[in-house]
Amino acid sequence: MIDPIVFWTVATLSVAAAILVVTARDLVHGALAMVATFALTAVLYLALSAAFIAAVQVIVYAGAIMVLFVFVVMLMGRRDVGFSEPIGGQRTLAMVAVAGLAALLAWAGANGVPASVVLGPADTPLPDLPGGFGSPASIGDRLFTEWVLPVEVVGILLLAAMLGVIVIARSGGLRGRGIESTAETEH
Amino acid sequence: MLVLSGILFAIGASGVLLRCNAILVLMSVELMLNAVNIALVSTARALGDLDGQLFVFFSLSIAAAEVAVGLAIVVAIYRSLGRTDVDDIGAMHG
Repeated sequence: MIDPIVFWTVATLSVAAAILVVTARDLVHGALAMVATFALTAVLYLALSAAFIAAVQVIVYAGAIMVLFVFVVMLMGRRDVGFSEPIGGQRTLAMVAVAGLAALLAWAGANGVPASVVLGPADTPLPDLPGGFGSPASIGDRLFTEWVLPVEVVGILLLAAMLGVIVIARSGGLRGRGIESTAETEH
Repeated sequence: MLVLSGILFAIGASGVLLRCNAILVLMSVELMLNAVNIALVSTARALGDLDGQLFVFFSLSIAAAEVAVGLAIVVAIYRSLGRTDVDDIGAMHG
């Protein structure tokens, strides 16, 4: 069971930070609010006995991904960013659709699954965990025995992403208003 | 916990739908991925099963790759067009 104080504090703050990201007028403010959301999520992971995932969350999300975002923002210069309205009434429609989605997901999260999985702040007793649940040792043990093929596939995916980024960055990017074949420009 | 995850997912989706800046759209996509990770970790805790945390591990790796590629494309578009609004880059034919 999760401490209700921890849960409600983290839940309120992370929803507020997420709304700040979505409504940010300045990209740097959006990035800062996003760091707050990710750090609060790491707190939640610690409360859910996922110590390794919490550490990875801080390193990868709040560290690497955030540095990438801030780097790109600084590369392009700070500026005010507005809201898009290419189609008339799009904002209203989008808000209605998102409110519907939120209601549906909240309802499904509360009622669509067995009550033992919903995991509110003061809920049904949780199963006892084996010692070291969520520790690096237990995760690594599973990762490199049962899940070794997905690990290799993710490794190849990361390599492909890295090569793709190098190709996009080296070949002068996209020309004109369309993406030209990058194959002919790379040497 | 699943309700919190759903609400965060919907906030991220609203960012994708409402914002015109490509970087903010990418940030909102990250929020949505993060919300799904919360649901996975809480389910792993509720069931006492470590597999949910392993899913989150893979999802984190894929999110990192996605952000790297997405931001590289944004930088490339910025270099050729001088701006990064998703509404301006509708014409993406080769």
